[in-house]
Amino acid sequence: MARRHARPPLVLLVPALLAAALALLPLVYLGVRALERGWQPAADVLLRERTLRLVARSLALAGVVTAACLVLGVSTAWLVVRTRLPGRRVWRVLAALPLAIPSYVAAFAWIAAFPRLSGFLGAALVLTVCSYPYVYLPVAAALARTDPALEEVARSLGRSQLSTFLTVTLRQVRPAAAAGGLLVALYVLSDFGAVSILRYDAFTRVIYTSYRASFDRTPAAVLGCVLVVVTVLIVVAENRSRGRAAQARIGAGAARRMARVPLGRWTAPALGWLGALAALAVGVPLASLGYWLLSGRSGAVDVAALVTAAGSTLSVSALGALATIVLATPVGVLAVRHRGRLGRALEQSTYAGHALPGIVVALALVFFGIRYASPIYQRTPMLVVAYVVLFLPAAIGAVRASVTQSPPALEEMARSLGRTPGGVLRSVTLPLAAPGIAAGAALVFLTCMKELPATLLLRPTGMDTLATELWTQTSVAAYSAAAPYAALLVGLAAAPTLLLGRWSDRLDAGGEG
Amino acid sequence: MLISHRVTTALSAALLVAGLAACGSDSDADSGDTSTASAADETLTIYSGRNETLVGPLLEDLEEAVGTEVEVRYGDSAELAAQLLEEGERTEADLFFSQDAGALGALSKAGLLATLDEGIVETAPEDYRAKDGSWVGVSARSRVIIYNPDKVAEADLPQSVYELTDPKWKGQIGFAPTNASFQAFVTGMRVLAGEDRTREWLEGFKANEPTAYEGNSNVRDAVNSGEISLGLVNHYYLYEKITEVGAENVTARNHYLPGGDPGALVNVAGVGVLEGSDQADAAADAVEFLLGEQAQQYFADVTAEYPVREGITTTKHDLPELDSLQNPDIDLTELDSLEQTLALLDEVGLT
Repeated sequence: MARRHARPPLVLLVPALLAAALALLPLVYLGVRALERGWQPAADVLLRERTLRLVARSLALAGVVTAACLVLGVSTAWLVVRTRLPGRRVWRVLAALPLAIPSYVAAFAWIAAFPRLSGFLGAALVLTVCSYPYVYLPVAAALARTDPALEEVARSLGRSQLSTFLTVTLRQVRPAAAAGGLLVALYVLSDFGAVSILRYDAFTRVIYTSYRASFDRTPAAVLGCVLVVVTVLIVVAENRSRGRAAQARIGAGAARRMARVPLGRWTAPALGWLGALAALAVGVPLASLGYWLLSGRSGAVDVAALVTAAGSTLSVSALGALATIVLATPVGVLAVRHRGRLGRALEQSTYAGHALPGIVVALALVFFGIRYASPIYQRTPMLVVAYVVLFLPAAIGAVRASVTQSPPALEEMARSLGRTPGGVLRSVTLPLAAPGIAAGAALVFLTCMKELPATLLLRPTGMDTLATELWTQTSVAAYSAAAPYAALLVGLAAAPTLLLGRWSDRLDAGGEG
Repeated sequence: MLISHRVTTALSAALLVAGLAACGSDSDADSGDTSTASAADETLTIYSGRNETLVGPLLEDLEEAVGTEVEVRYGDSAELAAQLLEEGERTEADLFFSQDAGALGALSKAGLLATLDEGIVETAPEDYRAKDGSWVGVSARSRVIIYNPDKVAEADLPQSVYELTDPKWKGQIGFAPTNASFQAFVTGMRVLAGEDRTREWLEGFKANEPTAYEGNSNVRDAVNSGEISLGLVNHYYLYEKITEVGAENVTARNHYLPGGDPGALVNVAGVGVLEGSDQADAAADAVEFLLGEQAQQYFADVTAEYPVREGITTTKHDLPELDSLQNPDIDLTELDSLEQTLALLDEVGLT
């Protein structure tokens, strides 16, 4: 056993080290800025009563949103993957679709429809309906891949459906749900758009205000450091909660179709639950977009600009997703298969900057980019690096969850049959982790498309993406001019979601034979 | 070994694609009006905190007038200022076009702005430019009370922002607490009337249960629809609405406060030339262009702002003359104590 963890192959180690190094750049920057005028000003900011209050406010929001997302995400995934729900394929897409809607668009839509919806409740509501797919997607993927045998055994031993769900199924999806929950928590801590539009005084809002109000980077950097510490604590807690239970399937490594649970008289309530969720998460923002499209005079669509922006969005997001998944896969595999100190440290360090608001990561890359990488500064590769730093954890979580589910015994067997470590990786580990890798890539692709603050600061001068165009139009309140960009952004971001749904359907069918 | 080879191939492929795409997007930009890295030296790079939809056409005219290729990076004024502070002397930016005086002041304080030609900046009134000549205002805006005439008769309008604490306005007022212009107005009141008077006013204002909105446009829309009666905004939001839906569909009107009231603060958008610019001449020409008649007419007609150059009046909007405004006598560089304003707003609970 010990040998298996002993020496991680270089092919995994080198990219994983690169990933961790990139992810730690913002921390170095924050350290430089926080202490550039010595310890005293930094301590002053730290010891303000307001700082403590902000930590409490942000944690409260993150806690509530994460809990709500876990309930929504797991229940939705179970209904969609494991039951004979009418219109499953439609629900499958609808349930993931909120990911295609940027939180700032959703927040705008909600506050426009319900002007009094501000503060904690509004922020919690909007962030929950925007981010529960972070839980839904990995859990659905895990549910589609878990070995039905365990549940069948539990049922045949007389456990009820509910008891089986609680004791067997939930345990099997725990790593996926925990990874998703972690992403939600960190996303909430780093989100600026929604809390700012809904006027909830969270940490990020104050970091932004600090840049805007005083042009003094020390307070912002100190607050950023606090956010990093909070992140580290959350990551460690999640790591502990993940537990040691073996999640791997036993027996054949091939997927087998799960018997779907008939819902019977629960069909209508289940449909109502999913329908209400879709109405809140997708209906309200889309209705608002529709209204913007149809009202006002600023709506003459510049098709050429729209097409150019869409092309830029797709290309930088695809590059971002590719680079991120190439670096995230080794980290995810190492974290599960080589659970030594190094593997864990590498994985955790990639999360360090994840709760930082985009502006902080962007400024860190401005700082390093112009000094040490000036040939790519304000060129596409720099933007791709920013996406990697921002979204590595989203990809790693997905990869890790699916590697966890594949049995190490298979790899040991392949090894004993004479495969090299690299051969095992290629022919066993990676194919079994494919759903997670694909889900991770799709997630990062979606998230890159919506990213705004880093894109604004690091894009090549003169390049517009759908998100930056949307920002341009909405900041002068030209909503009808903004609507085509928002609609196209949501439409394009919906495509990978759709693919993901179809792809896992095929997986189910394949398991039949 | 095979896998490691494949992964290496994939990695290099990814990097290659990234590199190609970088070139690709640069040449995309080329087809517009920008340049590749090699030509960067001959390009005038503008960081614009002003919105592309507002000043894009003007900056295209600027390119023609100056005769140098112009590359514009749009963003938020404060964020671009933060970026410029991080870039320091290495920046490729030659000119910074800011939404407000505060961001320019911050760069000036950090020693990043060059001194402008005195003969050029004198076009703008003394109140609207830096004393040390590091930046100059190119257009001005006034704080106003926007009102719905169906709900408040013109004769009943408040004559001072201080009257807004009168209980008769309870629940009738809208404002945008997170908006930079609102915060600048509070800063102005602190400078004019002192901390205590401002705190007292903020507490009275809060007791009147004003409705907070995200952004001035939402305040304006709420007034226009009759949801509330009065709103604290900048003058041009009304004209933005008129342009969007037509004058006949807009109910709201602007009310300019008389007598040097803090509620009538006039602020500017302006420009500064970066100290490290390798295009100093072109940048100086650009500043001259922005203060010239064509650009000033553009501000008056298109963005419905006040031109800072004497003798230019709008041909499109029903806009009172800048001279006719009874704005408070205040040095714009004194509006840099925003942090204290935010602390005060936080203390009173108006965020």
